[in-house]
Formats: sequence, structure tokens, C-alpha cells
Amino acid sequence: MARRVLLIEDEPNIIEAISFILSRDGWDVKSHSNGHDAMEIVRARRPDVIILDVMLPGRSGFDILADIRADPDLGKVPVLMLTARGQQKDREMAERAGATHYMTKPFSNAEVLDVVRSLVGS
Amino acid sequence: MAESTITGTRIRERRVERGIKQTELAAMVEISPSYLNLIEHNRRRIGGTLLLRIARALKVEPQVLSHGAEAALIGGLREAAGDGSAAAAERDRLEEFAGRFPGWAQTLVDSFRHGEEMERMVQTLTDRLAHDPHLAESIHEVLSVVAAIRSAASILVETPELEQKWQARFHRNIDEDSKRLADGAKSLVRYLDATPGSEADIRSPQDELDQFLSENQFNFATLETGGAEAVDAVLEADTILSLPTARELVRAFLEQYQRDALRLPRALLEQALDRVGLDPLAIAEDVQQDLPCVFRCLASLPADVAGPIGLVVCDGSGAMLTRKPLDGFSVSRPSGACPLWPIYRVLTQPGVPLRMRVLQPDRDARPVTALAVTEQIGPARYNEPPLVRAYMLLLPEPESEDAPSLVGTSCRICPRQDCIARREPSVMQEGF
Repeated sequence: MARRVLLIEDEPNIIEAISFILSRDGWDVKSHSNGHDAMEIVRARRPDVIILDVMLPGRSGFDILADIRADPDLGKVPVLMLTARGQQKDREMAERAGATHYMTKPFSNAEVLDVVRSLVGS
Repeated sequence: MAESTITGTRIRERRVERGIKQTELAAMVEISPSYLNLIEHNRRRIGGTLLLRIARALKVEPQVLSHGAEAALIGGLREAAGDGSAAAAERDRLEEFAGRFPGWAQTLVDSFRHGEEMERMVQTLTDRLAHDPHLAESIHEVLSVVAAIRSAASILVETPELEQKWQARFHRNIDEDSKRLADGAKSLVRYLDATPGSEADIRSPQDELDQFLSENQFNFATLETGGAEAVDAVLEADTILSLPTARELVRAFLEQYQRDALRLPRALLEQALDRVGLDPLAIAEDVQQDLPCVFRCLASLPADVAGPIGLVVCDGSGAMLTRKPLDGFSVSRPSGACPLWPIYRVLTQPGVPLRMRVLQPDRDARPVTALAVTEQIGPARYNEPPLVRAYMLLLPEPESEDAPSLVGTSCRICPRQDCIARREPSVMQEGF
């Protein structure tokens, strides 16, 4: 069965591009584009990897990550955070919130693919 | 100039005190009585040897007379010297330097002040860049779109034998996104171009509020009789405010002013002043209003009604909201004030008004009467300590026998070394 990725991101063309490259690599990709009900989607879909944007409409990616980590059923799922701010402060915040990996926009497709593969492998 | 003003007045005061006639003093120091008259009425600047001769004739220390100009100059030089070791060796020759080369000394102080101001401006600009929500949002938008374009473009190039359908789709996405990117970049450039470069525009909203209030001398007679539209009229007539947040601050101030004017109309306040004199507590009782309202109304009076009146307002964090200085008591916003001021002490006992005679250490300082009181902000809530705002009314104090409480201006320039409230070392020296 294909490994499942959940992409939580509000930029439609980023969703399309990432979905495309991951699907071609054999992943089952689902996407969601707002922060409000992201947790419900995470619980319903049970993904193997989550790609989470920091700036989402409705709720910040950091808050969603904190909820994921606090949930005993989901707690260990690998999370790749995406952000448009590469500042040290944001990186530290992501690490403290429990991100498995952190990537700044603009990223390269190959990089995303590598990281997502490695996250499931680990 | 304010400094030389004080010198002339002091010479006159001392001369009258000693019962010396103007013509006598003029003869003693070998100048014409009419010239002395001009000096005493602050129409001529005075310094150097003439000041020394007059001081000698009046049997006072020259500093007692020259408080102003030279003292300010020497104070400025001390600040400019700071902790720098280069100047340390010559620190005890500061007065000589200021005396012999007042022009150069002034230039040095001016350039020091200019440097300080630049430093503050850089700080403001850095803050603005770091905390500007519009800028952060624009950059985020641009980077997101760049990420989408980058991703789609590399799919087009790197995917072998990409189906026609997908090709068309990513081409369309790139086209869409590059258009958004162009718009985003344009708006970013427009925003950065519009970022004001002139000094006037880098002021904080509080600076603009201060300037607005002081140019209007804290008095807005049209609000006292007009309705809500009077506030709009004052704002429309304004030419000082450039920041939207400054306009909000001013609007809030004006609305409060109008509410006060309704509670305590000017005519009523003046009648109360006639009945009980310039005693805010007695006035509050007479007009049946609370002290903060009386303070604000008194501070809005033109100086010819009850003399000059200063007012400082701060919130519970000590941040200054309004400042109307009074001659002889300096209140500066950026450098941080002195925790010994009654306005800060009253915060520890909300509701209990304080009345103190206070004196700052500067040579220009005079004892002033400071009355402080707190005001509760917002409605009372069970089990929640009140949020308070503190007020300090400043009244000029006629000479008095009681020793005033010594307070500072700001630690950095305060010479009182052994002060329990000190938070940073001073660049000044004791006894200056």
C-alpha cells in the first residue's frame, strides 16, 4: 500500500506541484488548505508523513504541530515544516514545537522528495 | 534662549535681594545701566568675564547665575565624553574648555546629540523592519509564489515525457504565479519607496502626539463648546500628524478632552479656582469631580489663567502616555524617567493621592510641587486587581523653607551616585 502524505498548505500551486512530484514517486498525497480544522483531517487521515506550512489561514502551523505532538495516537508522526521565513527564531520555534524537519521556501522538488523519503525511513 | 533667560532673571533677583540699585551694579562692573537693564530683562546674552564680574559684585558663585547656558553646555560635554578614556584625562578641564571655546564646545555637544539621534533613528528603522507586519506579509507572499514557480518549473524541466495535460497545467500555473509575483514585487517596491526617508517621518506616534499637543499648548477651546464633529474638525485642520497611529492617539486624547470639558466646563473650573485657589484636591471637592479629571482640565488651561501647569500621564508599566513639561522639571520620553517620581510611587498605592515638593539635580531645575494620583481603567471585576493609569500634575513652587525631595531626571545623566533607585551608572559626577 502506498505511503500516505498529508500536505497542509494554503498556496494552491504549491499543493499542485508537491502533490505531483510525490504522487509520481508513489505516494498517496492528500492536501488540506486551512488551519481551522487541520487537526480533524490529521486524525481522520492518519498520514505517515505530514508536510505543514507555518502560515496558514485560521491557525498557525506551530499550534497545529503542538496539538499533534500532544496527541498520544499521533504524537510520533514525522512532520516537515515549511516556512517563508528562514530566521533562526523560526527554526528554533519549529524545533521546540517538535518538527522533525524544517524547510524554507523556496525549496527544490528534489529536496522535498529526499526529506519526505528519509522521514518515513527513519 | 531659555538658558540665557534664566541668567538675566537671576541677576535681577539677586540684585534686588541685596538691595543694590541697577545703576550701582552697572557702575561696579563697569557697564552702562541700560546695558545691564537689557541683560536683566534677558534681552542680551551674557557670559564670560562680565558674568564673573557681576557674580563677584553680587557676592555669589558665578554658577548660581549662569545655571543655564554654560551649565547646559558643560553637562552636554560630560555626556559626550561619556566613559571614553580619551577624554577622561581632560575631564577636569571641561569648564575651562567650555569657557574659552564656547563655540567649539557647542559644536561638539551638537554633534554628540546628532549622533545620539541618528542612533535612535537606526533603532527605530530596525524595529520597523523587524516588526512591520505589512513587510513581513509581502515577503511571505513573494517567497510563497517563488516557491510555487520554482517547483512547477523544475517539474517541467526534470520530468521526462511529461504528459500534455500536466505540461499545460504547470505552464498555466507558472503564468498565473509569475503574474502574482510581478504584482507582489511591484507593491513591495512601492511600499519600500514610500518608506519615509526624512527625519520627521521616522518619529514615533508618541513623538507626533507630543508635538501636536505642545503646538496646541494642550488647549482645544473649540472642543469645549462643540460636539463630536469638533474633534473631526481639529483633526482635519492638523498639519503635523503623518502616522495613522498618531492620529488615533490624538483622537483618543481629544475625545477624553471633550468628555472632561462636559464634566468640568471651563467656566466652572475658573470659578472653583477663584473660590479655593490652585489646590487640585480642594477644586476636586468643590466641583465634585475626581482628581484625574481635575488634573487634565487644569493642564489644559492657558498659562494666563492659572500660570504654567505641567502634567505627566503613564500607564501601569510606567510607559509615558502624555507629557506636558513644566519649566524647572524636565520630562523626557526616550531616555526613561526616574523611579523616584511621585507618578511611579503612587502606582504602589492606587487611589491614594501624593503631594510632594520635588527637585531634580540639573542646574536649571527648580523645586516644583508634584501631585500624583492613579485612575482605574475599565470596570471593576471580582478578584482582579485594577488596571491603573497614573497622573502627575506639576505646579511651580514659590520659594519655601522646606527641603524638597530629591528626584532625578534619568539615571544616565543624574549625578546622584548613591541613589537606591539607580539602574545604570551615570556619566555625570557628584557635585557638578
